[in-house]
Amino acid sequence: MTRASEATGQGPDQPVAQVGGGIIDATDSPVLDVDPGINATSPKLAPWELRFTSYDVEAFEVPRGREEQWRFTPLRRLRGLHDGSATATGRIGVSVVSGFGDAASSDLGGVRHETVGRDDPRLGDGGIPADRVAAQAWSAAPEAHVVTVDEARSEDEPLTVTVTGPGEGQSVYAHVQLRLERHAEAVVVLDHRGSGTVAANTEFVVADGAKLTVVEVHDWADDAVYVGAQHLSVGRDATIRHTSVTLGGDLVRLSPVVNYRAPGGDVELDGLYFADGGQHFEQRLLVDHSVPNCRSRVTYKGALQGAEGGTAAHTVWVGDVLIRKAAEGTDTYELNRNLLLTDNARADSVPNLEIETGEIVGAGHASATGRFDDEQLFYLMARGIPEAQARRLVVRGFFGEVIQKVRVPALRDRLEAAIEAELEAVGV
Amino acid sequence: MSTLEIRDLHVEVETESGPKEILRGVDLTVNSNETHAIMGPNGSGKSTLAYSIAGHPKYTVTQGQVLLDGEDVLAMAVDERARAGLFLAMQYPVEVPGVSMSNFLRSAATATRGEAPKVRHWVKEVKGAMSDLDIDPAFAERSVNEGFSGGEKKRHEVLQMSLLKPKIAVLDETDSGLDVDALRVVSKGVNDYKQSSDVGVLLITHYTRILRYIAPDRVHVFVNGRVAASGGPELADELEENGYERFLGASSATKEEQPA
Ligand SMILES: Nc1ncnc2c1ncn2[C@@H]1O[C@H](COP(=O)(O)OP(=O)(O)O)[C@@H](O)[C@H]1O
Ligand SMILES: [Mg+2]
Repeated sequence: MTRASEATGQGPDQPVAQVGGGIIDATDSPVLDVDPGINATSPKLAPWELRFTSYDVEAFEVPRGREEQWRFTPLRRLRGLHDGSATATGRIGVSVVSGFGDAASSDLGGVRHETVGRDDPRLGDGGIPADRVAAQAWSAAPEAHVVTVDEARSEDEPLTVTVTGPGEGQSVYAHVQLRLERHAEAVVVLDHRGSGTVAANTEFVVADGAKLTVVEVHDWADDAVYVGAQHLSVGRDATIRHTSVTLGGDLVRLSPVVNYRAPGGDVELDGLYFADGGQHFEQRLLVDHSVPNCRSRVTYKGALQGAEGGTAAHTVWVGDVLIRKAAEGTDTYELNRNLLLTDNARADSVPNLEIETGEIVGAGHASATGRFDDEQLFYLMARGIPEAQARRLVVRGFFGEVIQKVRVPALRDRLEAAIEAELEAVGV
Repeated sequence: MSTLEIRDLHVEVETESGPKEILRGVDLTVNSNETHAIMGPNGSGKSTLAYSIAGHPKYTVTQGQVLLDGEDVLAMAVDERARAGLFLAMQYPVEVPGVSMSNFLRSAATATRGEAPKVRHWVKEVKGAMSDLDIDPAFAERSVNEGFSGGEKKRHEVLQMSLLKPKIAVLDETDSGLDVDALRVVSKGVNDYKQSSDVGVLLITHYTRILRYIAPDRVHVFVNGRVAASGGPELADELEENGYERFLGASSATKEEQPA
């Protein structure tokens, strides 16, 4: 679709892709999740050692927009989630059913759905907040939803966890934890929808030998703002297949962090996002290879289409992969591609790979942002296929490798239909 | 009975130093059931001619006409040209990641035939055409041209021709990069389609090799953006022996006669 050579964009006012990578210097240290106000006194530490985490919202300074972590985010549009001024006015809806769509049933089998207090000792097993909004959500969420799977469930019986926003004009802090105990297996659809303003922590705690396949869908209404931290905890020889799909919302900002707890972890993070004019979709990933012999693959693909004369569509993808000194035998690759369907769109893409040991299997990254490939269009049209259909084929093909990994057929159909609808909306 | 007429075709491309004229007055007529070979040195403009007929946006026609059965091809969009019965087997087929060959072929057949082919019949038709070209059925589920070898791409170009059944087919160096076995298979594919239809073929090639398998009725020497000489199959033999030397001279002479 796009070539790496297109990665540098076409000029100051054109869509831009930035490519980082290699060893990061102190002046431009995107791996860093540091709040300079906190860590300014310890400049000799390697960037990730500075990565600050805390459950305490006051441990984080209020972001002003200059911080590496926040520099792409339009803070004005966070409705006070970042500075403590957003007070919870509504409730989050969290429902769990067995199956997906029409085939859903409230009989969960052995799966438990509990509503617990903030003092539940299991909370935090996935990870610890690394930014102020996540810490705010941690302390302000009145309760947490813990969904536990003890056994291996059939792939044909996905669990659907539906998270519904508090409604237009309402704000809420939320906390959801999905737990797979030892050797458990589950396919989960984590479906976010509705209206309102939401800050959330979502924990994926996958114990030794367990296997979680999860599709996290953000199909919010136009008014919605969602800022969420995803904490993925990977046990010994555990497997996670996490697919993140962002289709709707005024602003959606997701920060998945992968924490390997023991050797043998295998994680694939896939992503698909489709931003229209005025939407801001941001994804900041950190894969923290802290233990030996783990694997990670990151494949995120985005399409953008801002209508002519309107507000631009904006997406941000920051992919940080960290291979610490202890993480010998690491095997990692990350890729981000963005397809600009119209001129009025901006895709920022910043892959970063930080390597502390040479004893690895492999490490690489790629990023490319480009327009429709005219050669592809020409080829399809030269076979008689009308232009609009040719464009749809190319976009569908672009997302194909991510969509194919969605193992729930009814969800795959829904996502394909959503992409078609997006394309139709601007007449592509 | 169809006719492709190219009249005084001038085409330029945009370069860093401004527009550059590549085709400088091409005249050529191809009828149904005829095979015309176009032979010329690298860079003489053969692919430019092929792409201009197909309507590639990179090429700008500044003068002249292309008519298919009297219809103005240059006024048609790329897809309309294909639906009107023109086909271009490309020198460098394009990879389209994520679009399966089978989906692509069906979309193309639906577009050119004006209706979706009946599923059962279609599956059989594709299987048969693939097997005729020694294409592994597994290719149907692979992305269009992605990771195909040069030879596999060329086979798939011929496969598309045989399924889309054009009135006029332009084959741009469909022979290049093929070993002898592959050349035989590809040539047989072209000959089979010629036999089963009234197709007119414009066979662009750099070497005379393929002409041993696909017999041309007419041979045109293409030099410097135009047809420098035309003749029967014997002209190919002469080129085989003496190369393009004689025509290169002729072409630079005509160049000077051209108005600036
Ligand atoms: N985009 C372009 N910019 C500059 N020159 C071009 C461009 N495209 C083609 N050309 C030139 O046009 C001439 C003809 O090219 P082509 O039609 O591919 O020749 P052939 O197929 O006979 O080898 C060549 O000299 C080539 O360098
Ligand atoms: Mg050529």
